[in-house]
Amino acid sequence: MRIFVEGVGLLGPGLNGWQASLPLLAGDAAYSPTPTVVTASDLLPAAERRRIGLSVKLALAAGCEAFVHAGRDAAITATVFTSSSGDGENLHHICATLASPEREISPTRFHNSVHNAPAGYWSIATRSHASSTSLCCHDASFAAGLLDAAVQVAVNCKPVALIAYDQPYPEPLHTVRPLSASFGMALVMAPQATRHVFATLDISFLPGAASATRMTHSGLDAVRAAVPAARCLPLLAALARGATAVVVLAYGDQNHLRVAVTPC
Amino acid sequence: MQALAISHFSIVNSLGAGAAAITSALRARRSGLAACAFETVVLDTWIGQVAGLDEFRVRSNLGVYDCRNNRLAQLGLELDGYAGAVSAAREKYGAARIGVFMGTSTSGILQTELAYRRRDPQSGALPADYHYAETQNTFSLADFVQRYLGLSGPAFVVSSACSSSAKVFGHAARMMAAGVCDAAVVGGVDSLCLTTLYGFNSLGLTSRTPCRPYDQDRDGISIGEGAGFALLEKAPAQPAIDAMLLLGVGESSDAYHMSTPHPEGLGAKLAMRQALDAAGLAPADIDYINLHGTATKANDASEDKAVYGLFGAATPVSSTKGSTGHLLGAAGITEAIIAMLAIRQGLLPGGMHTQNVDPALRSNYLLENQDARVRRVLSNSFGFGGSNCSLVLGAGG
Repeated sequence: MRIFVEGVGLLGPGLNGWQASLPLLAGDAAYSPTPTVVTASDLLPAAERRRIGLSVKLALAAGCEAFVHAGRDAAITATVFTSSSGDGENLHHICATLASPEREISPTRFHNSVHNAPAGYWSIATRSHASSTSLCCHDASFAAGLLDAAVQVAVNCKPVALIAYDQPYPEPLHTVRPLSASFGMALVMAPQATRHVFATLDISFLPGAASATRMTHSGLDAVRAAVPAARCLPLLAALARGATAVVVLAYGDQNHLRVAVTPC
Repeated sequence: MQALAISHFSIVNSLGAGAAAITSALRARRSGLAACAFETVVLDTWIGQVAGLDEFRVRSNLGVYDCRNNRLAQLGLELDGYAGAVSAAREKYGAARIGVFMGTSTSGILQTELAYRRRDPQSGALPADYHYAETQNTFSLADFVQRYLGLSGPAFVVSSACSSSAKVFGHAARMMAAGVCDAAVVGGVDSLCLTTLYGFNSLGLTSRTPCRPYDQDRDGISIGEGAGFALLEKAPAQPAIDAMLLLGVGESSDAYHMSTPHPEGLGAKLAMRQALDAAGLAPADIDYINLHGTATKANDASEDKAVYGLFGAATPVSSTKGSTGHLLGAAGITEAIIAMLAIRQGLLPGGMHTQNVDPALRSNYLLENQDARVRRVLSNSFGFGGSNCSLVLGAGG
């Protein structure tokens, strides 16, 4: 499947936006893993903004940057959200409350507990009635989202935005599922060349395990390895370098994605 | 869209285990709902619980996946000859060419709720026998189903609340159209847990009686649990008269509120319209609509505006949630299968527990079973976050 990349959004440790991260992703600047800086999107009405958790902020911030970059209208663009763990902070609070004698969980915590909370807030923020899905594939959540988004672009011949995000769990869940950092990314993809397109991706789903492409910088590779959404980093690095490249993404232990990146 | 064959399906919920048991219950107008006596839950509400899960264990080589949700999944896979049918498909297409796309809302969260009660009093650590990836993680369900069936193609979980296991049909259809797989195991499982029971209660959305969809006095949902699976394959050029087909899928977003549907049913209408367009059908071609029909004030009012606006007052509609309860992430597949049973049996299932249809709701809501020729059915599933999905299913010939 060939898809056309129009816009990228990025938010992670030491990665303060796609544009700001270009030099270090291309290997031309030093990387320092400072904590992820997340700001609440001003797209949401104030009432909603007060209710959102970190994962929604990550998804909205990455999505907004990618749509500005792509020059595309979010209100009419389909979306694929993907996350390994969703809002782990919220899950922790709910499980802790349910284990206590009171068991009174807050209605806001409950409606924020759905895996598609970022998709719901995104549609409210962008006034989008377009179709939207929310996926999970554990460590392969980014690969699953990329595959599904590319398939949608190819089959429906319409643009799709992929938004991947993860946030760390608090203890005691952190010990059993250690995610080292908050991370959000977005890719706006089109079915054909437009004036905003700067690269094409030829994506193949292939059987068999394969070694995933790693980041040259050990600090960035540690982020890639420790956060499922950050498995996108080798692909973003290839886009940042602006040269032809092949990126391999693991898809579970039985499959992988091969992504051929061609700048244009 | 290209119609796909739904060559096999299996179903289990509080109405019974297997298509035959569910059909008899629908015919006999037996409800699966009972006063809540689940786990240590103290709530004045009714639920649709599947019997026997506490004693059930998942297959021993997949023991780390053992949790209520995966038990329910295995129970479903073992019914209606489903696992055997997938086995035959695996011989035909190869394990790598069959996708697994599952819907769930809460996956194995009950396992985490119970583990939190057993945290180490000193360190706060979770017990050593807690398996995060295999039970709590949202992907756990598809992972378990894929391993249970011995498949190795593309797999993921769709978790868009109560539309999850309707949307998997769309994902599978696109994956097959793109050539990523030749067939697909789709379905959904959601199981009772404290999060949804206390959560819906906190929103004031659980009824103290068996839920009464479309009733003027309806006051909320009855939560249920269940599993359903379907096997999707390419349809032959001339499908047999008794073949079951996926004809259309429509998906939209409300862009309105996280837990309240759009008051005019805007997103619902978009999804239904899209599903009809994808099927190449007009509203008059639909013989029956299985509503989302949760029995909340807001859902039924909003859905009715959308349904009446598109179909008028002629098309028979009902919600089967009075029989099964609201299966949340498993509602889409469950009601798609009930829609196929309606076609196969020539049965329009009347909604249960509803005494007086709300005069403000104008669709043709069925209170009693009717025998009828049913060839094309639409099934609605709408979820938190304003996630809407409508399916059109039909018979061949």
